[in-house]
Amino acid sequence: MQKIIEVEHIVKKFGDLVAVDDVSFEVKEGEIFGFLGPNGAGKTTTINILCTLMKPTSGRATLNGFDVVHQQNEVRKSLGLVFQDPSLDIKLSALQNLEFHAGIYSIPRSVRQKRIEEIMKMVDLWDRRKDMVQHFSGGMRRRLEIGRGLLHYPRVLFLDEPTLGLDPQTRFYIWSYILDLRKRENITVFLTTHYMDEATVADRIAIIDQGRIIALDTPDALKRMVGGDIVTLKTDDAEVAMAEILEQYNIEAQRGSEGIFFEVQNGEEFIPTLVNNFKSGLHSISVHRPTLDDVFMKLTGREIREEEGGEAVMKKMWAMRSARGGAGKFH
Amino acid sequence: MNNLRGVYIIWYRDLLRFWRDRARLISAFIMPFLFLVIFGTGIASSFIGEAGSGGFDYIKFMYPGVIGMVVLFTSIMTGVSVVWDREFGFLKEVLVAPISRTAVAIGKALGGATIATIQGTIMLVFIPFAHVSISVEGAFLLIALMFVFALSLTSMGLLIASRIRSMEAFQVVVQMILFPLLFISPAMFPTQFLPSWLGTVVKFNPVSYGIDSMRQAVLGSQDSAMFGIELFGYHMPIVLDVVVVALFGIIMGTLAIRSFRIQE
Repeated sequence: MQKIIEVEHIVKKFGDLVAVDDVSFEVKEGEIFGFLGPNGAGKTTTINILCTLMKPTSGRATLNGFDVVHQQNEVRKSLGLVFQDPSLDIKLSALQNLEFHAGIYSIPRSVRQKRIEEIMKMVDLWDRRKDMVQHFSGGMRRRLEIGRGLLHYPRVLFLDEPTLGLDPQTRFYIWSYILDLRKRENITVFLTTHYMDEATVADRIAIIDQGRIIALDTPDALKRMVGGDIVTLKTDDAEVAMAEILEQYNIEAQRGSEGIFFEVQNGEEFIPTLVNNFKSGLHSISVHRPTLDDVFMKLTGREIREEEGGEAVMKKMWAMRSARGGAGKFH
Repeated sequence: MNNLRGVYIIWYRDLLRFWRDRARLISAFIMPFLFLVIFGTGIASSFIGEAGSGGFDYIKFMYPGVIGMVVLFTSIMTGVSVVWDREFGFLKEVLVAPISRTAVAIGKALGGATIATIQGTIMLVFIPFAHVSISVEGAFLLIALMFVFALSLTSMGLLIASRIRSMEAFQVVVQMILFPLLFISPAMFPTQFLPSWLGTVVKFNPVSYGIDSMRQAVLGSQDSAMFGIELFGYHMPIVLDVVVVALFGIIMGTLAIRSFRIQE
């Protein structure tokens, strides 16, 4: 597959702060590429550089073969962008927002109306086209922004935290649009998120922390890095329990927001042994397959803060992901 | 070619929003009405009227000043729209579009100047209250002067807005700039009776020349002669007023464009 984005040793400094620290990666045409990391990790800065909104302090990047510093207009024509924060003119109608975009991207008058209609039908807003955007819900605005980002047929669609602040159901709908679209248009999607469940829809994920890429692989390969099941315990005294686990099984447990946890092969079989021999006070015990959260924890020793509502959406998304090859339509 | 279209699209959006904003249209009437009819009558009857004042009709004098005030306020509001767009995120949509930043700045300046000129032109309905009569040619000249004046001021508004991140900060800066520009000009009172230090400041204020040009267009150069600005002992005619305003506009415009280009 062809490379649509190439990034070589990008550095971006704001004064003394190094927001992006020597980042290099490639994105292949047609893939969903995810950028995962906590807030402030450098995700948006990297996107801003790729979208020509910022110049890198050093390093080089190309998008669709064009240099992001020296061929700004060509780069801008090649990409669609859905920003982290809303960027619609709420005092205009949905239609007028798209007409503005069509004009400013020089979409020929002859195809303009047809394309706007097609896009608005795709994001299910055709019936509301004459309404002012200020009367739209958060989900509708997001859909309109995604539609607008696609209006000029970009090669790459950037989605910077596309579902931030939306409820789980709306997030699910937004994602069904994006996946459906990828299938139809063979567009490359570049996604940033700090929601673990959203990152799993990506074909490949770069985990970014403190301005550096610390891992880059498929979600499954990343999860294999953890190497076992995750056992989480709630105990009377974390210190005592951790010492006991180290002594008995030679396993180093860590503290997490849920209690203490550690990795182990065949977690289900390990639990009875543990429970039967455990000496300190034990309140609850759980075991789960590794998630991207655990991967991040393993790599950095910290957690990515997960918002509520993640689990349910994740399950739906996995269903979508497996149905992606088929004729799945999600409404 | 793309850039030319970009200028047009940005200009068009500003006008579209202006048309949709009825509140702004109505307020465009009310403030000048208050100034001209209430404030003007009050001043005229309390001070100038009783002294006889040698045929000095305050409302007639003030009318072009009020037009200037409307154009000044509306023009600076263009800057507000940029700060507003930044706060609501729409500015990003514009800044990431495949048109040059120069086109964005020019489109904004033209949009703001057009709106300010429309609002200034609406002021012509107050002609009956203002004890003046303007010929058709005079009206066209006045509108043209408004546009030049407005374009200079919108450029200044854009320059300020391009450097300011929040609405609150913009309000503060505008208060600190707008009212001095208005009060240290011949908009509301004749400036030849001012103490000399203040009279000198008036001559450094570009707004003075815009208002002087409009006053000459409304009252005719004869009637307005006694209120005019003298520079190096030379009485400024309309043409030179326009040159001063335009020069100020070119400087502000160039700085605004440069400021937009280095925006991240």
